[in-house]
Amino acid sequence: MKKNKFSISKILSAILLLFIVFVTAYPFIYMVAVSFSENIYVLKNDITFYPKGFNLKVYAKVFEDKRIFPAYKNTIIYVVLGTVIALFVTTGAAYALSKRKRCPFAKTINGMLIVIMFFNGGMIPAYLAINWLGMYNTIWAVVLPGALSAWNLIIMRSFFAAFPAEIEESGQIDGLNDLGILWFLVIPTSTAVIATIGLFYAVGLWNAFFGPFIYLRDHTKYPLQIILRQIVLKGEAIDSEMIISGGKDIIAEDSIKYATIIVSILPIILVYPYLQKYFVKGVMIGSVKG
Amino acid sequence: MEVISKKNTTLNINRALPSNQNRFFNKLKDGKYLLLLVLPAVICMLLFYYLPMWGVLISFKQYSPFKGFVDSPWVGLKHFRVFFENPFFYKYFRNTILLSAYSILWGFPAPIVFALILNDVQNIKFKKLVQTVSYMPHFYSTVVVVGLFTMFLSPTSGPINKLIMSLGFNRVSFLADARYFRTIYISSEIWQSLGWGTIIYLAALTNIDPQLYEAAIIDGASKFKRLVYITLPCLAPTIITMLLLRLGQVMNVGFERAYLLQKPSTYETSDIIQTYIYRTGIEGNNFSFASAVGLFNSAINVFFLVTCNKLSQYLTETSLW
Repeated sequence: MKKNKFSISKILSAILLLFIVFVTAYPFIYMVAVSFSENIYVLKNDITFYPKGFNLKVYAKVFEDKRIFPAYKNTIIYVVLGTVIALFVTTGAAYALSKRKRCPFAKTINGMLIVIMFFNGGMIPAYLAINWLGMYNTIWAVVLPGALSAWNLIIMRSFFAAFPAEIEESGQIDGLNDLGILWFLVIPTSTAVIATIGLFYAVGLWNAFFGPFIYLRDHTKYPLQIILRQIVLKGEAIDSEMIISGGKDIIAEDSIKYATIIVSILPIILVYPYLQKYFVKGVMIGSVKG
Repeated sequence: MEVISKKNTTLNINRALPSNQNRFFNKLKDGKYLLLLVLPAVICMLLFYYLPMWGVLISFKQYSPFKGFVDSPWVGLKHFRVFFENPFFYKYFRNTILLSAYSILWGFPAPIVFALILNDVQNIKFKKLVQTVSYMPHFYSTVVVVGLFTMFLSPTSGPINKLIMSLGFNRVSFLADARYFRTIYISSEIWQSLGWGTIIYLAALTNIDPQLYEAAIIDGASKFKRLVYITLPCLAPTIITMLLLRLGQVMNVGFERAYLLQKPSTYETSDIIQTYIYRTGIEGNNFSFASAVGLFNSAINVFFLVTCNKLSQYLTETSLW
């Protein structure tokens, strides 16, 4: 089988794959390089792969921006609270629905889940619903609407359905009801799937832009993604004082933008090894059994 | 103790009610904790999915936030008529369909091809490297991806224009030019999802029985023949399911991406139905009209989903439901 080890097709595919790696990784490398570089090199467009005149001035400027810290704090609150609520909602429902025979109305509820996988009311009715519920401009408009994802629920449900019945029966004999069995027996042995789904929700909440954008009015409640858009896309990076200060202290707008992006994706990069491992599993469970 | 009391109540109900109702109450009693567990999810569904679905009815009303839902008068199909008679209707419709069609045309086969190539790599370390790097952008937010593309394509400081100029051409302001919008939109989408999209196909590829390949090799089938007669037919159900799911979202073009990438100077190609809904509905407070436009959008989606599913049932016996 391996007689033509260096066939042309192999070389071509290796080149193509290396090209893909380069195209995906380069923007990140470039971003890091620019954000750590001395200003003069950035303005001269002189950076390609590594920082020139290494320094942290840009990051100091980013953290001086009065919008960044509150937004970071807001995002963390939204992510933590949102993930906890979502896991509470999803785990309970997934467990109950995995007991198809015993759970009352299981058929109806499963049907409702299928419907929301394919249909939704659309942007405007969703927006009005948030208003009718009195959640406009509150934290709940950010953390609650996403608390139930049909896909995540189905992944978890198929996982729980494969949970060994003997363990649950032993719990019943010990006098545990369904809540006790879930809390003391099922959850401690299912931490992997719960962590996976939790990460799904957490990344979604961290990256959420549009929900907070239309549901929040107060700037003090804005999460990081909205501030990121203001700085990177709308060019509201430079405070007026920065322009005035001039001279050696001026910092290229691009550096600020790249540094802000890096600051915003840092947590994602830190958890990326886990994300990759667990997410791939999650997608597999979903595709095979869902 | 619990067991005893449970038995007693069961007996009582047994005597009091006919058997059908009896079974129902028994099930309710037995599953009461399960019901409790599923309740938050049901409430979430009702509030955030079914309430908006019912709210779609404002498309047929002249909704005013001050009068409320009930007191706003019915106007029938007025908003739909206004939308169809809008001189720009054709533009929104065309932009949506074209953006979506190009996105499927380029974006759908890309991960399949990538997965096939990746699956052929024998060096595990190299394969892992490619996967680790290419999955990464999936976890960036749309704002970050659009930000990166905007900065890389910037006419003054972007590396792409630097390259173009070093090759002796004039700089191009990609983002302000309507001709480039679709290309940029689709490139950014593929850039973000190419690696991640392979996972499902790689999983399907590992499920193919290696004996099939061994037999084919003994029979002298070339690599290309193995691809056409073994790999692709085995992948077909996965590909069709994914395509159906994608077609059911034809009109749901990635709104966030389009909204963040568009500029008034590119509206000619970048203004899609969804961005129009946002502008008239949320910025313009024209709720009923925007909701009607949204309903029209969803109706096309449903039509596509059902038609393609029927077609696939008929042709390949693969169905979503």
